[in-house]
Amino acid sequence: MTPEVALPLPPALGLIALGLLLPLIPRPARPLWLVGGPALVLGWVWLIPEGSHLALPFLGHVLEPLRATDLTRVFATVFSLMALVGNLFALRQKSTWELAAANVYAGGAIGVTFAGDLISLFVFWEVMAVASATVIWSAARPAAYRAGLRYLQVHLLGGVILMAGIIGHIMDTGSIAFTAMQPETVATWLILIGVLINAGAPPLTAWLPDAYPEASFSGTVFLSAFTTKTAVYVLIAGFPGTQILIWVGMYMVFYGIIYALLENDMRRILAYSIINQVGFMVCGVGIGTEMALNGAASHAFTHIIYKALLLMSAGSVFYMTGRTKCTELGGLFRSMPLTCTAGIIGALAISSFPLTSGFISKSMIAQGAADQHMAWVWMGLEAASAGVFLHAGIKFPWFVFFQKDRGLRPKDPPLNMKVAMVIFSAFCLGLGLFPQPLYAILPFPVDYVPYTTAHVVKQLQLLLFAGLAFFVLLPLMKRTETLSLDWDWLYRRPGPWLAGRALALIGALYDSLTGAGRHLLARLFTTLERGHGPTGTLARTWRVGNAAVAVMVLLCLYLAIYYR
Amino acid sequence: MSQLLKVAEAAAHGVTESATHTAQHAAHAATPSLSLLGDNLPALAIVVPLLAAPLVALMIRPALAWSLAALAGLTTLAVTGGLLARVLDSGPIVYAVGGWAGPWGIEYRIDTLSAGMLVLVAGIGAVSLLYARASVAREIPPARASLFYSLMLLCLTGLLGMCISGDVFNVFVFLEISSLSSYALIGLGSTRRAFTAAFNYLILGTIGATFYVIGIGLLYMMTGSLNMADLATLVPAQMDTTTVQMAIAFLAVGLSLKAALFPLHLWLPNAYAYAPSVVTAFLAATATKVSIYVLVRFVFTVFGGTGLLVLEGPLGLSAGTLICVLALAGVVVASLSAIYQEDAKRLLAYSSVAQVGYMLLGVGLASPAGLSAGLIHVFNHALIKFALFLAVGAVVWRTGSAHMAALAGAGKRMPWTMAAFVIAGLSLIGVPGTVGFVSKWMLLQAALAQQLWLVAGLILFTSLLAVVYVWKMIEAAYFRPVPEGGPEIAEAPLSLRLPLWLVALACIYFGLDASGPVGIAETATRTLLEGGA
Repeated sequence: MTPEVALPLPPALGLIALGLLLPLIPRPARPLWLVGGPALVLGWVWLIPEGSHLALPFLGHVLEPLRATDLTRVFATVFSLMALVGNLFALRQKSTWELAAANVYAGGAIGVTFAGDLISLFVFWEVMAVASATVIWSAARPAAYRAGLRYLQVHLLGGVILMAGIIGHIMDTGSIAFTAMQPETVATWLILIGVLINAGAPPLTAWLPDAYPEASFSGTVFLSAFTTKTAVYVLIAGFPGTQILIWVGMYMVFYGIIYALLENDMRRILAYSIINQVGFMVCGVGIGTEMALNGAASHAFTHIIYKALLLMSAGSVFYMTGRTKCTELGGLFRSMPLTCTAGIIGALAISSFPLTSGFISKSMIAQGAADQHMAWVWMGLEAASAGVFLHAGIKFPWFVFFQKDRGLRPKDPPLNMKVAMVIFSAFCLGLGLFPQPLYAILPFPVDYVPYTTAHVVKQLQLLLFAGLAFFVLLPLMKRTETLSLDWDWLYRRPGPWLAGRALALIGALYDSLTGAGRHLLARLFTTLERGHGPTGTLARTWRVGNAAVAVMVLLCLYLAIYYR
Repeated sequence: MSQLLKVAEAAAHGVTESATHTAQHAAHAATPSLSLLGDNLPALAIVVPLLAAPLVALMIRPALAWSLAALAGLTTLAVTGGLLARVLDSGPIVYAVGGWAGPWGIEYRIDTLSAGMLVLVAGIGAVSLLYARASVAREIPPARASLFYSLMLLCLTGLLGMCISGDVFNVFVFLEISSLSSYALIGLGSTRRAFTAAFNYLILGTIGATFYVIGIGLLYMMTGSLNMADLATLVPAQMDTTTVQMAIAFLAVGLSLKAALFPLHLWLPNAYAYAPSVVTAFLAATATKVSIYVLVRFVFTVFGGTGLLVLEGPLGLSAGTLICVLALAGVVVASLSAIYQEDAKRLLAYSSVAQVGYMLLGVGLASPAGLSAGLIHVFNHALIKFALFLAVGAVVWRTGSAHMAALAGAGKRMPWTMAAFVIAGLSLIGVPGTVGFVSKWMLLQAALAQQLWLVAGLILFTSLLAVVYVWKMIEAAYFRPVPEGGPEIAEAPLSLRLPLWLVALACIYFGLDASGPVGIAETATRTLLEGGA
């Protein structure tokens, strides 16, 4: 039995409509539209009682695009909150395209969380892919265009894999319902892979730090929130306790730290740390106990807020100075006190400093590992916490707001951006001080007290030593203008580069073989073009006589089949 | 010129034929009938456009010719809509033309499938005619405008006739009416290349039609009948004769040629690329689809269903497999070719060849699910390609060219047109929420149900190729700067945009609520397979 709903429509449609109609709204009315709309959606999310409320027949199946669970509500709440404050931050964004796409994107994310069946889930999944690529392109720079294209390619590939998995799963089970599963069949493996691609899991990790920092000052804020966290949602709901996710998560945690330490661009540092943080959540899903799943869900909740806060702070710096590189920034704390404070609060939260939101959520995942006596996992997660403090907790604020004064004296950003940062700072501190409201909406009952003396002392020690290490090693931490190679080179410079890397050890063969690889690839494309280009055999205008020959050949084939 | 003459001849033939029929109707009508109009709906679907054609040709002023043609198109749509409602309500209609009962007289036989096809063709015809006014004014010399509309109506008549008729020779007559008028229509294109394109199509189309008529001739030899229902009962006894086997081969090749099944698609790219915009849109959405319909009709109604497709010859190859292999080869080759095209119309033409591959793949799978998927893709692709060509037509209206360079910056300068183009392009790729997704979904399910992993993999792979070629056009429209020093380009007029948006919204509507067309396709599949059993 499902209780009655006043408005049996998926809240996702609200945000999607808000985005699509935005171009028609006159500019003076837009602030109200952009802030009021998500506020209504947020209320709407909370008015939907648990259960499935909508049944749409589609191709012989019944779609359930409005199924609410406890988990749904956690994610839908933070997604609509993110849309609200993100819109507030982005009010000065001149590109209508970006704002429209960002709201459709948020709508897609909420749609995924409410999807009770795999088909609706896939529909909203693809909405997100297209809308998020549009957000990147709205930055209207050539680099953003190319990065968006690479981004879209990865996600379309992920979408195709996911779709193949979903169809296979439906053929296997006869049901389209989205329920918890285990990767046991080809189909479920394909679904898991498709979802993990969106989570930023290896080997296709690099799309995230490649594309997100190319978006506009506000675009990156939106991008940081939705794609990876919907993937986390699907993993929690679909694959709880899948062992392999522990190791996938651990890889992501350390990958994010190492690359962030090497990075120079402030927004790219924060992009790498998204992977690192999502790694914690994926790891929590892999552990799969109630404690760990609660931890993953609450960490997603708090992470969206403090990562958005960090990116707003970075976005404000970018908006006011036009610079993003650590080597070109520094000493901004004098002229941008509010931005600097917001950045520090976000940095403390991401480092799980006691009294911030990160402390009350991340520790649940580690506790989950400890409860299961997974010593290595626990130690890895604790070590990584120190690493997070190094790369995001200190490195970002230090190099951007302190360090060497470069003589820049930008003011704090305009009012709406300041208000957005204040709101999210308040959330970071508020949830750290009073975790109960968040604990109350988690999917499982919470029997966890974050503020024990032992826990607080241990965390402080960890952070202090990490902080000490940072300043002792400061000369090493200083970034120069470097590039870090990453997996994405594999698909940015495919054949020749791959050949080159594999054979780099055999120096003598190296040149000739890369040459050969390049040549082979070039040959393939020339052959394709020779065959299919406008003058190619397969695509040029044929003489009628030759075409008639084709007719005869086919006639003979049919005769061969039927003649006996 | 000779082509025009031929068309006129064919039209005249059609008119006299129908005139006698109408006369006989008058006599027939003397018997008391409750609803004369309602009972004669099947005849009206053909008579209205056929009689309007010569009338339109007499109009000297283009505006007048257009009004009459559009009125005829809309009336035909209403008539076919009425027919579909009736068929869905009370089952198949058998209509003896002129009161001469089959199998000697010509029968119109309208079941769910043919009624669905009639509505599709008439609907596309009506929207094309509405769209035509502005487009024709730009692309066709005013002196020829009335001839143009007349030819459009003749072509529409021919295509409708192929769907409605239950008599194989009558289908040939209509096939010729539609073919001859389309050769002439293509020849009206604004460049000289249109002539060679039309000529090539004329030669190959005639080969196809000749093969068809040879095929039915052989059948007639063995059975003495031309009526489909009658043939269905007579053919099984003769199935093992060489003559019938020859007939099947000729019919299959002839119809595959008209349907542009790879490698018999060679006439299509140029014909679509150089024809006037309206003609391209109209033909792309109807001509190949109707040929596929006739092919399906023969395979399932006349030759008794899937047995014909799964029958293995001495080489161990069955016709179903052959069709699947050619269809998939066509999808891959044509999609790759589309990627390399520099002219949007030619690019979309190659994509049409690829999409025909999907439809025939469904038929070749020889399963109920496959056939439904193929039929639903006939409908869905008609909408998608129609919208795409209408959008390109609007760009041609402004820039005079469909070259990629002409598309540059169109996203900024023609936002409405290009937004509709993007919707249709996403449908072509098969993005969820659009009609293309429904087709892809059903086709994949049909392939996976038979454990054809390679086929399913190829369907997914080629949908990524579709992303590439659709992207190529979107990139040109949205990401290339507006060329400097070029003419000022504004949005296309409302009379082009309204029909375009109507179709684009249909692409979304039927993608979200697919129950209507899918229901029709599934009922049609059931009827076809039962009829064949």
